[in-house]
Amino acid sequence: MHIYKADQEPAVRSLGPENLLLKGATLKNTKKINGVAVYTGMETKMALNYQGKSQKRSAVEKSINAFLLVYLCILISKAVVCTTLKYVWQSKDGQDEPWYNQKTQKEKDTNMYVKMFTDFLSFMVLFNFIIPVSMYVTVEMQKFLGSFFITWDKDFFDPEIQEGALVNTSDLNEELGQVEYVFTDKTGTLTQNNMEFIECCIDGFQYRHRDELDGFTVTDGPVSKLQQKAGLEKEELFLRALCLCHTVQVKEDGAEETPGDQVDGVDGMFPQPEEERCFIASSPDEIALVKGAMRYGFTFLGLESKNMKIKNRQNDIEEYKLLHVLNFDPVRRRMSVIVQTKSGETLLFCKGADSSIFPRVKPEEVERIRLHVERNATEGYRTLCVAFKQLSAEEYAVADTGLREARLALQDREDKLMAIYNQVETGMSLIGATAVEDRLQEEAAETMEALQGAGIKVWVLTGDKMETAKSTCYACRLFQRGTELLELTVRTLEDGRTKREDKLLELLRDYHRRAVQDAPPVKAGVTRSWSTANQEYGFIIDGATLSLLMNPPRDADACLYRNLFLQICQNSTAVLCCRMAPLQKAQIVKMVKNSKGSPITLSIGDGANDVSMILEAHVGIGVKGKEGRQAVRNSDYAIPKLKHLKKLLLAHGHLYYVRIAHLVQYFFYKNLCFILPQFLYQFFCGYSQQPLYDAAYLTMYNICFTSMPILAYSLLEQHMAIEVLLDNATLYRQIAKNAMLRWRPFLYWTVLGIFQGLMFFFGVRFLFSNPALQDNGQVFGNWSYGTIVFTVLVFTVTLKLALDTRHWTWINHFVIWGSLAFYVFFSFFWGGIIWPFLKQQRLYFVFANMLSSVSAWLVIIILILLSLLPELLLVVLRKPRGPHSRQKKPGQSNVGGSHSSQSSARPLLMRTFSDESNSVK
Amino acid sequence: MAASYNAKEEDGHLSGSSGLGGTAIRTRKPDNTAFKQQRLPAWQPILTAGTVLPAFFVIGLIFIPIGIGLFVTSNNIKEIEIEYTGTETSSPCFNCSHNFSWNSTTPCKCVLSFFLDQPFESNVFMYYGLSNFYQNHRRYVKSRDDSQLNGDLNSLKDPSKECEPYRFNEKPIAPCGAIANSMFNDTLDLFYIDPNGTKNPIPLIKKGIAWWTDKHVKFRNPAGSNLTAVFRDTAKPVNWLKPVYELDTDSENNGFINEDFIVWMRTAALPTFRKLYRIIQKKNNMTPTLPRGNYTLEVTYNYPVRSFEGRKRMILSTISWMGGKNPFLGIAYITVGSICFFLGVVLLFIHHKYGNRNNSSDISN
Repeated sequence: MHIYKADQEPAVRSLGPENLLLKGATLKNTKKINGVAVYTGMETKMALNYQGKSQKRSAVEKSINAFLLVYLCILISKAVVCTTLKYVWQSKDGQDEPWYNQKTQKEKDTNMYVKMFTDFLSFMVLFNFIIPVSMYVTVEMQKFLGSFFITWDKDFFDPEIQEGALVNTSDLNEELGQVEYVFTDKTGTLTQNNMEFIECCIDGFQYRHRDELDGFTVTDGPVSKLQQKAGLEKEELFLRALCLCHTVQVKEDGAEETPGDQVDGVDGMFPQPEEERCFIASSPDEIALVKGAMRYGFTFLGLESKNMKIKNRQNDIEEYKLLHVLNFDPVRRRMSVIVQTKSGETLLFCKGADSSIFPRVKPEEVERIRLHVERNATEGYRTLCVAFKQLSAEEYAVADTGLREARLALQDREDKLMAIYNQVETGMSLIGATAVEDRLQEEAAETMEALQGAGIKVWVLTGDKMETAKSTCYACRLFQRGTELLELTVRTLEDGRTKREDKLLELLRDYHRRAVQDAPPVKAGVTRSWSTANQEYGFIIDGATLSLLMNPPRDADACLYRNLFLQICQNSTAVLCCRMAPLQKAQIVKMVKNSKGSPITLSIGDGANDVSMILEAHVGIGVKGKEGRQAVRNSDYAIPKLKHLKKLLLAHGHLYYVRIAHLVQYFFYKNLCFILPQFLYQFFCGYSQQPLYDAAYLTMYNICFTSMPILAYSLLEQHMAIEVLLDNATLYRQIAKNAMLRWRPFLYWTVLGIFQGLMFFFGVRFLFSNPALQDNGQVFGNWSYGTIVFTVLVFTVTLKLALDTRHWTWINHFVIWGSLAFYVFFSFFWGGIIWPFLKQQRLYFVFANMLSSVSAWLVIIILILLSLLPELLLVVLRKPRGPHSRQKKPGQSNVGGSHSSQSSARPLLMRTFSDESNSVK
Repeated sequence: MAASYNAKEEDGHLSGSSGLGGTAIRTRKPDNTAFKQQRLPAWQPILTAGTVLPAFFVIGLIFIPIGIGLFVTSNNIKEIEIEYTGTETSSPCFNCSHNFSWNSTTPCKCVLSFFLDQPFESNVFMYYGLSNFYQNHRRYVKSRDDSQLNGDLNSLKDPSKECEPYRFNEKPIAPCGAIANSMFNDTLDLFYIDPNGTKNPIPLIKKGIAWWTDKHVKFRNPAGSNLTAVFRDTAKPVNWLKPVYELDTDSENNGFINEDFIVWMRTAALPTFRKLYRIIQKKNNMTPTLPRGNYTLEVTYNYPVRSFEGRKRMILSTISWMGGKNPFLGIAYITVGSICFFLGVVLLFIHHKYGNRNNSSDISN
């Protein structure tokens, strides 16, 4: 953190970004500063970055809305049918107003059309229960309570940062089970962003830190024909360059801050108790380099009033006067420092990406180093080249004045600075290169493999260079050995002869032919499996090409380019996008999100540069990494480590999806078979809107009698044990593409509801063809009719859920049997008292009398059974859903795997039997 | 590398600004409880063919005997229905139904004779049945005042609005409402014609035809020693011949607690219904309640149904433990039981056939 200390001398100083104190900064080395507040209010970065988080709605909610529309149509058509039939029926003589049932004067006076309209509305009111209003409440409760299971999961707890997962929205739980595309950041997400200095190359000789005793040794790199070292002078120069060319600060003896109390914002702070020295830098790479130099004997002691102190190998303190820092910026991709040695020499050290350094050094030096750099890059290391230049007094004077003038310029300061920088950083000599390893996150490869097994396509979006990113992909097993890589990068585009645009199209066509047309047609929809026999493709694109692709020169091609690109991507197992700007990441996510079939996308990242893509994707996941909270706060879910993504998707996402999908279908179903008898009853009561059930039953049905079991189910159900879900990633594919809320299952549930509704009504209807149902000859009336139907209904609907429940915890038992008991208790209670506030005592002793009738009992039992019979039959005919039991014997897992593959080839029915006979020992 | 390098740097600043919000995150480790870790001990039933198949057989084996029992029971119930609407000219009640007038003072009587070819052994229940009578019409069902029927004096003087248009007839109507107003008021008398031609009236018992709770709790006369005095300030329902306090001479069966009235007030579920009218009790074990022979039914025809194309009938029926005659339950049980059994057999057959082939293929592997 740069703190500008106002000097007393009246010199002209420039104020630049380095003088800016950001919100949350703390003062160090000084008691007070004077400052001017800039960029306040709506101009703060926070306010500007606020994108007005668009409401994320899950695919389940969209299905609900579609279903709702269907049910609304059913409701309206029911009302229309009843109204029409009512007037047809009434037109017959003596039906409208028989002598025993006269209308009031007011009714007689009402206009016929008004009456028709009010009749229509009454039917709407009568049937309105078909719209499961209470479902919204239950869904919200389910989402809210269900999301706690993510926060509570101790598998998500990371002992390092002492935190578990964080849920920022509960609306998207089920979306976690629907992910088709995962967009992941590389640095900090796939990798740990914990840099370690691995090796360096000095003057063409490779140095690798082998072990502590040898210290700095030379390995036999392919370049050095003899086991030899570079000159000692060069070695020390290189190390000095590492020690000087950075913006790292030393934190003295971490005394005022305890290690555990991590203030976020001071990121890149690595407490090192054993070395009593912490470095603070904006980038972990720099710290890795300084630490690397330290290991080889050159210790950076700190910056004191413009003097950099270095302890060299001989334990002497060297002091350098820091004259200028030529800051890093992403366009230049390099930074430099100009220092003055004790002896008065002025030196410029520069470090940066190879592509930006190589053109600025003497060409004859490049080749020796380039080999190393490229090899390191393919191994997945982050490489930096280091160059230096000795400035003569005149050169420095020119540079100095140039820099000062540029810094004081009020207009185009940046351009002027850039020009001066470029002018200064020329003609340098390359002294070496470094390789810093960014380690993979724990279990990154396993996680990626599991995701791919689950049928999720993983895209890596990174700002890193292609080679580095590619090797990371290999390390993560995103690319396998057999994967054919399709590259679409600046390098492949520039073969000199043809224009870039033409080449791009040519390559796109070529890749499209290879990846899409030659591939066997993959059945769209539910079975999106790529068989292992096929050639797998990996697709690589870089930022420059992507922008070319997104904004082609001719507008007409935009669609073509994009479609070709998308199709290639969709047919590749993994896609790597490197050299991406943050905005491009979001652009890609948006493109995939809006592509055909609108697949569910998930973005995972840890840094502020991932925020845009986190916000863009359907589900945004923040990794609680070393890069502050920006991503976490903008995410929908935050997890400490990448490895937790596996459980989040495969276990939690899967379960949430199954739960909520079942919840939604069940709600529609239970309301359909609730209201259908009431609709049918209209045909028997002269379309007079006479309710079949008592008002208490009508209101209590969704609130009390049937709500708790489904809520418990939707919170606790594990149709498969979590371990099984984690072990078999392919299970995730079963629910892909909203499988449980498509029209087919919806139709199934609807047909089931209709079937049961018909059963309930007509079963009791036939029973009531002789209403003398008691053994004393007394008869039952219409409220008994409704109560019998309702009793059958409540029991059937609850038992249907019980049949679907695969995971009976005590809560399920309590709630399912409890609500049935409550229904019985309530019915007794409600019918047992003459309620003074009721106008009509309709249900007085109706329930008790019903229970005294053997016939009523028998009809209730047979109707429940008959209604559940199709369900039972389906159980027999249904494909078993993989290994179920949690108590699977460990030794059997292998056998189980081969067994299941074998069983999948067999026809449906016999599998159930044989599997059963296998599992029952 | 460089691009991300930059991004991280930028983030460094940004994250500095998040210091305030971020520190509140709990650092507590999640509790390792079974509930929170979704590891509650659970029973995981696996419904497979192996478990469901025996259930099919069990259901079949239980339901078929029950069904047969029900069917036999229902068939053993003796029931005779006599329609007396009088729509056809040949019907003895044709005149009564044809010349019906609300204003006639002299009751119209008609006599129907019928022959019982089987004796009714146990208690016989006499029902009247109405068809195309919408007692379950919404306007009709709600047209009553239960608090008035429960003896509430305020409701007696000011019946509920639901009773409109049968609420006031200058004085408040008691009992108010369409249901009460349309109470069935035909009188049915049954006579046994001896082989030698004498006409023996059969004693019809009018107690025990209404639900006990209705008779004793739900329906109550307004307080007062004399029913006539209690109902003095009320009007009789428009279509009634007699006021409510003259329904019966027996004070235990008069007023609102008249059992015929209570039975009528329990609205039927369907437009074709029957209601219990009288009970013929078994005299002794030696003679059947209704021996084989000729009977006459004398109807005092007060209740018009022709205007709405209704039908009236009288039903004599014995009762079993399952209630009146209804073959539906028996048939349903036999059908469901048979289906289950049949399915069980089919599934077992498939199981055997494919299970064996599967085993052999396993061996060959």
